Amino acid sequence: MADREVTPRVVVVGAGPAGVRAAQTLLEAGIRPVVIDEAARAGGQIYRRQPANFRRTHQELYGTEAARAQAVHDGFDAIAVAVDYRPDTLVWNIADGQVWTASEQGYATLPYDALILCTGATDRLMPVKGWHYAGAYSLGAAQVALKAQACAIGANVVFMGSGPLLYLVASQYVKAGAKVAAVLDTSPFSNRLRAAVDLIAQPGILADGVALTRALAKAGVPVLTGVTPLEIIGDAENGVNGVRVRLANGTEREFAADAVALGYHLRPETQLADLARCEFAFDAKTRQWLPKRDLDGRASVAGVYLAGDGARILGARSAEVSGRLAALAALADLGRPVDPLTVTHLRRQVASYARFARGLATAFPWPHEQAANLPDEAIVCRCEAVTAGDLRRVVNETGAKEANRAKAFSRVGMGRCQGRYCGHAGAEVIAACANIPVEQVGRLRGQAPVKPLPVAIAPEGEE
Amino acid sequence: MASPVSVSDVLIVGGGLMGTSAALFLRQRGRSVTLLESDLVGRQASGTNFGNVRRQGRPIHQLPLANRALAIWRRANELLGADVEYLQSGHIRVCYRERPENIAKMEEYAAEARHVGLDLELLTGNALRDRFPFFGPDVLAGSYSAMDGHANPRLTAPAFARAAQRAGAQVFENTRIIHAAKQGTDFVVTAEDGRSFRAPILLITAGAWGNKLSQQFGEPVPITPRGPNMSVTEPVPYAIAPAVGVMTPVEEETVYFRQVARGNIILGGSTRGPAHPDQYRAYVLPQNTMKQLKQIRRLAPALANLNIIRVWTGIEGYLPDSMPVMGRSATTSGLFYAFGFSGSGFQIGPGVGETMAELIDTGTTAIDLSHYDIARFQKAES
Repeated sequence: MADREVTPRVVVVGAGPAGVRAAQTLLEAGIRPVVIDEAARAGGQIYRRQPANFRRTHQELYGTEAARAQAVHDGFDAIAVAVDYRPDTLVWNIADGQVWTASEQGYATLPYDALILCTGATDRLMPVKGWHYAGAYSLGAAQVALKAQACAIGANVVFMGSGPLLYLVASQYVKAGAKVAAVLDTSPFSNRLRAAVDLIAQPGILADGVALTRALAKAGVPVLTGVTPLEIIGDAENGVNGVRVRLANGTEREFAADAVALGYHLRPETQLADLARCEFAFDAKTRQWLPKRDLDGRASVAGVYLAGDGARILGARSAEVSGRLAALAALADLGRPVDPLTVTHLRRQVASYARFARGLATAFPWPHEQAANLPDEAIVCRCEAVTAGDLRRVVNETGAKEANRAKAFSRVGMGRCQGRYCGHAGAEVIAACANIPVEQVGRLRGQAPVKPLPVAIAPEGEE
Repeated sequence: MASPVSVSDVLIVGGGLMGTSAALFLRQRGRSVTLLESDLVGRQASGTNFGNVRRQGRPIHQLPLANRALAIWRRANELLGADVEYLQSGHIRVCYRERPENIAKMEEYAAEARHVGLDLELLTGNALRDRFPFFGPDVLAGSYSAMDGHANPRLTAPAFARAAQRAGAQVFENTRIIHAAKQGTDFVVTAEDGRSFRAPILLITAGAWGNKLSQQFGEPVPITPRGPNMSVTEPVPYAIAPAVGVMTPVEEETVYFRQVARGNIILGGSTRGPAHPDQYRAYVLPQNTMKQLKQIRRLAPALANLNIIRVWTGIEGYLPDSMPVMGRSATTSGLFYAFGFSGSGFQIGPGVGETMAELIDTGTTAIDLSHYDIARFQKAES
């Protein structure tokens, strides 16, 4: 591989579907990229691989997505030695054209000519009273437990929230032999009918989704829509005992459970784009701030590209396409020849996935009104144990209506997750309390380190 | 010209700790006050500093001002009707083995400080390590001040602003003053958006932006904006009472830490970063974070077991002699200054506000302001 160039240096952050396809595309153009990934093995979250000594098949692990997962894994395995691959490595900061990495070996800096951020997504979470008890997990965590460790989060699990992942993970639990007590979706079923006009853009994915719902019904799992979560019942000693919800018909009902998986679709991991000083814009449809980018993934900062669910939640299939597209944009900007027909073709595919994603946002909306109705005693920020009442008191008593200001006074978003899990809900609580549009609340500024960093960290090769 | 938005006895430009506390104390003296803040109150140096309520280490001549401030800190929660997380839990300043000459300096400082109401206890060897077992082997000696401590900067200046408002001060945030002049007996200051404000007395407490206004009165000062280098760890059980700092002539070695009641340990110091007052932004340079962590490990090796979860900075104004500009204008009657505190303004802040209120209200103060005269920069140039 010595004939492949290391200059210009292109750094790809993340080895999920977007990062893998971006790296492949660069390699095909004769550039040897650096691929930095937090995980031990490539694949990302959606196609997360089990530890090396586990023996489940791709079909068992990924179901309908087995072939795609296999293709992404095989695709990366084929280039792993050709690229400069750095697994188990965190990019914790970006400054002055360099990424700062941290790993077991210490920290290092890496200058780049182009930076392709394929940082993926995490669960979008809406607080509910009791969600801090042991046994309350995010949907993503429930899925990771199953995929990576072949464990269920409980013996009798409620899935509560909204979005396609709710049905996917619940059905994976059923398939794995776990008992699913109920699937409780906050979105009314009628939304899906309204969304059909956009969802039809990807008939294959739509059919898979419908099949998941049928499989759950066939397994005897109660699937309820238009549900309002009221409380996760439990106590500090024993953790989760069940959930209490209001059904679409207005009656209250409890479901016994020893674990709850919560999630309202996904949110992009945008902290690195923020640290790279990319501009953000408010997306009214999903009520969140997203880094600006052009059709091909160029961010507002020259040399920075955004791909996959780390930029917009368009799904894993779209991530493969947008990863390639971002790599082609970087290549074009570096003066390399790029086939315009390929670009047009890829853009068309992304547009189709974007239409489908719009349909998903209609079918499974972020239930922002729940933030307004959260009881004062419900915890909003779990890292810092700040309740909705604490936050409302800060808004009312100090007049703080801007996200960072309210954080400074209340500590919401000040803990180890830096607001990645409570930031959206916190903004909704502030907006409802101050009676202003949520975009006026703004967004929490990204601050390094992206994830907790050891005080012990030293330069690679020292101490 | 449009009529002014407000007419008051005193106009204060700059809503940091100096301006907000001056506003409160001027109201307590019955003066009507308008406070103008370019961004949000206490967002920059006042809100992002380390939070040291530390008298020791200040020049001896500054201790009366620091003592005045301490008296306010001790009643801050009651005065402000808000908890600013003030803990009078002590402060220890240490020196390293490779600079043994610092022990003599500590002794000399302690002897002088004692006459000005600051009692310090010098500790070495086992006496030091028995009481503060977290120090690393490089630490040679420490100077302990039981009456110093720390507080939460994020909360303090906003709490002063709210208290001043409750006492009747008008506070305008997001008001960027671009022009200030004296017209007849009154000062007229004008914001970027055209609003103007009028008063016979003008107090400029605009931190790193102070020179933009003082130069409009023929008094430029050589102020340099810098950003403090701050980090915070995850919370751990509360175990470290005093704020801790290093006495050294080397900037990179100058680190400090304190544990808040919540349990997090705040790390500060080593190399300061760049700041951009025109953009209202400052940035933590990753290399400075790394330098800071290295120095922290040297100071207190056990902290290496923790993780930092966030870094931050803000915009501070530094003057060449590290002394602020504080007192009357040398060119314009009715004009007062209190800015450029050079990274050392937090503890004395409330004392500065009270002293400026006294000076404005009575025309005099017992606090010696001769070291802070703005004219020192004009003299140097001529």
